[in-house]
Formats: sequence, C-alpha cells, structure tokens
Amino acid sequence: MRYMLMVYQDEEEFVAMDPGEVPDDAEPMPWVREMDARGVLKSGNVLRPASDATTVRVRDEETLLSDGPFAESKEQIAGYVIIECQDLDEAIEVASKHPAAGFGTIEVRPFWE
Amino acid sequence: MSAEVEAAVARAFREEWGRVVATLIRTTGDWDLAEECAQGAFERALKTWPRDGVPRSPGAWLTTTARNLARDRLRRRATGAAKLEEVAMLRHNDEDPGRDTEDESGIHDDRLRLIFTCCHPALPLEARVALTLRTLAGLTTAEIARAFLVSEPTMAKRLVRAKAKIRNAAIPYRVPPAHLLPGRTGGVLVVLYLLFNEGYAATSGADLVRERLSAEAIRLARTLVRLMPDEPEALVLLALMLLHDARRAARVDGAGELVTLEEQDRDRWDRDKIREGEDILDAALRLGKVGPYRLQAAIAACHATAASAADDTDWAEIAALYDGWRGKHVLHRHDPGRENSIMDNLEVVRRWKQRSTRR
Repeated sequence: MRYMLMVYQDEEEFVAMDPGEVPDDAEPMPWVREMDARGVLKSGNVLRPASDATTVRVRDEETLLSDGPFAESKEQIAGYVIIECQDLDEAIEVASKHPAAGFGTIEVRPFWE
Repeated sequence: MSAEVEAAVARAFREEWGRVVATLIRTTGDWDLAEECAQGAFERALKTWPRDGVPRSPGAWLTTTARNLARDRLRRRATGAAKLEEVAMLRHNDEDPGRDTEDESGIHDDRLRLIFTCCHPALPLEARVALTLRTLAGLTTAEIARAFLVSEPTMAKRLVRAKAKIRNAAIPYRVPPAHLLPGRTGGVLVVLYLLFNEGYAATSGADLVRERLSAEAIRLARTLVRLMPDEPEALVLLALMLLHDARRAARVDGAGELVTLEEQDRDRWDRDKIREGEDILDAALRLGKVGPYRLQAAIAACHATAASAADDTDWAEIAALYDGWRGKHVLHRHDPGRENSIMDNLEVVRRWKQRSTRR
C-alpha cells in the first residue's frame, strides 16, 4: 500500500531556514537513510516556498493563474514523501519518525489504487 | 413462534452477533458483506429454529450459515479472476465450522481484532463509538442515531465513512503488536467508558436504547476482560461500571427525576452487582499496576458498600482516594508514561460530556 506523506510546516520558519544550516533536529537525512534501507521509501522532495507557487484553473476555456498557494494559511506544504507500507499503522510509525513531525504536521494519504 | 425459541434467538443475537461479524470480516475482508450475512443468518434462524429446534451450539450454527451466505454472494459477484481467488481463499480459510466450541480462542481473537480496529485512533471518536455499537453489539443505525441524538442519515454517513477509511487507508484488522498495545488498550477502554456514560447519564425519559448502551458497554468490557485477563485497567473499568450500574434503579424517582446519592434508597441497590464489582476490583489490584480508573472504582466501591450516606460511608478513605487521584494528576505531568495516556482519555470523556450537554 502506497501513501503520500505531505509535510506541512510554518511557512515563515521554512523560508527563514538556510538550506545549508538546517538545525540537527530538522535534518531529514538520517530518516531518509533509515527508511531507504528498510525499503519503505519510494521517492520524495523538498518544495520551494509557497511564495513561489502558481495556481492554475481553466474556466470557460480561459486559463486563470494566480500567484501563491491554493490556500493561504500559516502552515504550508514544504515537501512530500512517497512510502510503501504494510498498512496504516506502519505508515503512521514511519511518519512519526520524520523529523518534521516534531515541529510541523504530516498528513498521511493513501494512494487510490 | 414459541417464547422459548424467541428468547433463544434474542440471546444468540446478544451473545453471538459480534462474534459472527468479526469472523466474517476476517475471512472476507469486507465489512458490509460481513454485516449483511450476519443479518441474513439471524433472519434464517428466526425461520428455521421454530421448525427444527434451537441448535446445540447457536454460535456455530450462525457462523456457518453466515459464511455460506457470504460464499454464495462472493461467488455471484465473482466476475474476474481476483474475485474467484477470494472465494477460493474463503473456502481455504474455513476451519471446519461445525467444530465450534473447542475453537474458542480463534473465534475470540476475531472479536478482539474487531474491537481494536473499531477503536483505531485514526478514526474520529464518534465513528469509533458508532462502529463498535454497530459491528460488535449489533445495534441498528437507527438505534445508534437515536442514542446519540443525530438523524439516521447522519449516523449512516458516519458509519459508511469510517468503513471506507478502514478499507482505503488500510487500517489493519488485528490486535496491535506489544509496543502499541498499552496505548491502544487505553483507547478501547475510553470508548467503552463513553458508551457506558452515554447510557448511564441519560435521565430524561426511559429511552431503552440509551439504557442498552450501558448494558452493551458492560458486556463488551466483560468480553475484553475474558480476552485480556492480565490487563488490570480493563478489569478496573468493568468494576467501575458494575459499581455504578448497581445503583441504576435507585438513581431516578417515579417522576423521572434524578435522586442524589445521599437520598437514594439503598435497598434498591443491586447487591450482587456490587459484590461482583468489588471482587473484580480486588482481582485487578492483585495484578499490581494501577491507573486512574482504579481510583474512581475504589471511590464507587466505598459509596456502594455503605449502608447509609452520612454514617457508614468511609469518608476518610474517599478523601484519601481523591487526594491520591489529584496527586497522580500532578505526578503524571512530569512522567509521561502509560497512565498518562489514560488521564488523557479521561480528559476526552470530560470534553465529550461537555459537548453532549451542549447538544
């Protein structure tokens, strides 16, 4: 069963974070290595801040663009990970070990499959 | 139909519904199918038992009948190879269903799986309560809706959504592994306690459905205690519920008004239930580890065993117990251990109650 972990965190803190100097408790690499070794990790990435987002809609054959994320809120998606697990209990365990669970929020969504 | 057969079907429903549903969920993996076929088996019992007599082991009869119904339905549904495989698996998994009572442990495990799955923390609390009542206790959607003062379509939607999430998010149908068990057990107990309170706190009118909630909570707690005999918190919760329930008849006067503890007619308390509650509490204490339900149960036992409110109640003991409770509260803030999660659960009950009174 595949799940997407959507990592939400405070947008201001995320923007302020220098990619070269991520504090130890936010450093995801040990988690990535652990989950990769376990065979759980399929793919994932860090996303640019919501200020770099563009939303797209087509209405009456017209493409409408707007600057910024779909929903304005304090917490925004900062990254995603795709995992393959036995069941929701394992997915929850994997998500709870992700460093961002300690300061942000992780949404666990099953794939439609 | 003779009253005897009717009573046998009613008793079988109370005692076997959850077991039949739980077994069918395991063998078919389909919650709706399991419920429908359990329903079908009971309907068949109503038809055939008056004619053929009550089977020696009603539970085995019902499980076999429900399984056969499930197999027929799956076969009819089987269009693709995958479905045919399912039917084959179902047949393969069928331990000889005629051989019922010896296989107690396997069947019991299914019910335990069902309790833990219904009470999975990834489901909203309302859904956990509703699902437990539907699948384990066999209440209809209409009855559950009435008990929780929501419309039937709202309750139906709640149940459909919960079952969809179990399926789509792959919530496992199992008893959690050891490292998850303490927290999850606390989660099951809180659902049972909520059920009991919803039924017990109801004072307006004599709604039998609400009264049934308390009875079902006690029945499920008994099941849990039988299945997890070394879990002291389950024992304590059962004792607590029995000690409260023993006073049920004296709690409301003829006009339906609530009677305070001091003014209750103590002759109307159920002595057998009080004694059973006390015995169970003692057994739990012998197992060691204590949580906050224990303090509540001990307080309830002090009240329930006093012949009169003012003279015979052991107020000093009660005061000491309350102090102990508060002390634990403070202590646990610095000790985020196992019991802490139970305190959190009590907090959930408190919030739930506030919400129900606002409703």
